[in-house]
Amino acid sequence: MTAPILEATRIVAGYEPGLPIVRGASIAAKAGEITAILGPNGAGKSTLIKAIAGLVLVSSGKITLADADITETPAHQHIRQGLAFVPQTENVFAGMSVEENLKIAVHILPKAARADRLEKTFALFPDLARQRQLLAGRLSGGQRQMLAAARALVVEPRVLMLDEPSAGLSPKFVASVFAKLVEIRQIGVAIVLVEQNVRAALAIADRAYVLVEGENRHEGTARDLANDPNVAALYFGAHTERAA
Amino acid sequence: MNLQFVADGLAMGAMIGLGAIGLTLTYSILRFANFVHGEFIAWGAYTGLVVANGLIVLSPKSGSFGPFSFGWALLIGLFAAMLCGVALALLVDKFAFKQLRMQSNTIVLVIASFGLSLALRSLLEFFVTSQPAYYSRDIQMAVPLGLGVRVTPDQLLVLALAAGLLVVVHVILTRTHAGRAMRAFSENPLLAEVAGIDGAAVVRMTWALGGALAAASGVMLGITVQIRPTMGFDMLLPLFAAAILGGIGSVPGAVMGGLIIGLAEAGGVQLFGGSYRAAVAFLILIAVLLVRPNGLFGRRP
Ligand SMILES: Nc1ncnc2c1ncn2[C@@H]1O[C@H](COP(=O)(O)OP(=O)(O)OP(=O)(O)O)[C@@H](O)[C@H]1O
Ligand SMILES: [Mg+2]
Repeated sequence: MTAPILEATRIVAGYEPGLPIVRGASIAAKAGEITAILGPNGAGKSTLIKAIAGLVLVSSGKITLADADITETPAHQHIRQGLAFVPQTENVFAGMSVEENLKIAVHILPKAARADRLEKTFALFPDLARQRQLLAGRLSGGQRQMLAAARALVVEPRVLMLDEPSAGLSPKFVASVFAKLVEIRQIGVAIVLVEQNVRAALAIADRAYVLVEGENRHEGTARDLANDPNVAALYFGAHTERAA
Repeated sequence: MNLQFVADGLAMGAMIGLGAIGLTLTYSILRFANFVHGEFIAWGAYTGLVVANGLIVLSPKSGSFGPFSFGWALLIGLFAAMLCGVALALLVDKFAFKQLRMQSNTIVLVIASFGLSLALRSLLEFFVTSQPAYYSRDIQMAVPLGLGVRVTPDQLLVLALAAGLLVVVHVILTRTHAGRAMRAFSENPLLAEVAGIDGAAVVRMTWALGGALAAASGVMLGITVQIRPTMGFDMLLPLFAAAILGGIGSVPGAVMGGLIIGLAEAGGVQLFGGSYRAAVAFLILIAVLLVRPNGLFGRRP
């Protein structure tokens, strides 16, 4: 068994002092695996990964990345340590071109490596390569999610966290975004995926956590959770009904 | 109505545009209306005066060249003024706003900037008295350009200088990482942090750039109009009008806004007389806020 690269342990975090939204949740993610974080609306999934990304104040708990403690690290340093985050909304710079979005991100690498990484990333996302000069705000929803992921991947992070990359996309785009995630997993990146789309997420995930009211409710392999009647009863019965 | 107002308006508008760039950038990145910006203009103008006069004492020939009322002494003065603008802006950020930004709401920041601008203005008045000053007392002959338009060589040079600075700003914002970081941060601060941009560094850069441009526009105002301790404060209304007309956060908008305000003011002066100058910017400001609050180039909030 390989050790997890990212570990968040007993995290308490929220937006106002004394009002914790995440109340002791713990997750771990391994390289080359997709770790899904599931749970009903308002469970605190987004808050948890924003806390890991350094965007929400963590009042207690510990976050380690490859054994380095990053609990107190400022947000802009995370990407330099190999932890990339794609927020749910407003996750590209709409007023800048596709290429500028990537150039901004790749700047943290040494100068000699930048052009090469940019081209490799465009090779991974051929749709984006065809529209380098287009303003990111003009991309379709699916392509925006691709750009957001490309922005995170251009620096070859060890961990990629995404908050609901399928939200608001048509089924066709959801399939292509998820296929891309599977492709990225093969490079050896640890992917942390927050999703509402439980079936699709469990279909590609290796492990999953179900968060309820800021705490871990269930965890296990994706297959076990998909077959667990408690998990189904908890909420994805309701979700599949809605989807049907 | 003859076309003279076009020449006067463009010269004035270029200076308003330069000042408004800093205002629009600080507004979109720091998220408050920064009244101190006017003082960078006045302090810049006086720094230019002190440095240029010092150099002229050392080397009287540096006082003027060619058809212009000033010489390389003032060009060095302009450079010194921009450095002073950078220094003053960074000091103001470090000692006043850095703390406030973390713990206060926008109203506190605006009031603080108002108070600080008053303090800086009084300090300047204490040093230089409230008498107007000039870089040069030479009378310049205006050159006819045709169609009844006459411009002074000074006006043309100021216009060229302003255009040059605008090109520099454009290159900084679109071709350098620092500039892209500023644009990214003004659009989405959280995403910028996620992408590895240090917000504190961006804020410092914004102050520095805004301070330098404001000081430069102060020197240009001094060349074409006059130098007074209140000159920056008096420019605030046209600056805000230009920034809002162009759309907060938009640099091309600030420049366009500046030119439009400059032209409208000059046209207003020609039609109704000089006492209505301030009213023109004010009317445009109100009209924009009512009709198109995001300005010409503004993003939807
Ligand atoms: N910026 C914020 N400021 C204050 N409270 C917030 C903020 N963002 C979210 N919350 C609150 O935190 C709680 C958890 O929100 P969070 O976004 O983490 O849930 P989630 O599990 O991601 O839900 P969803 O599936 O709807 O995205 C909610 O009650 C929400 O109202
Ligand atoms: Mg969420």
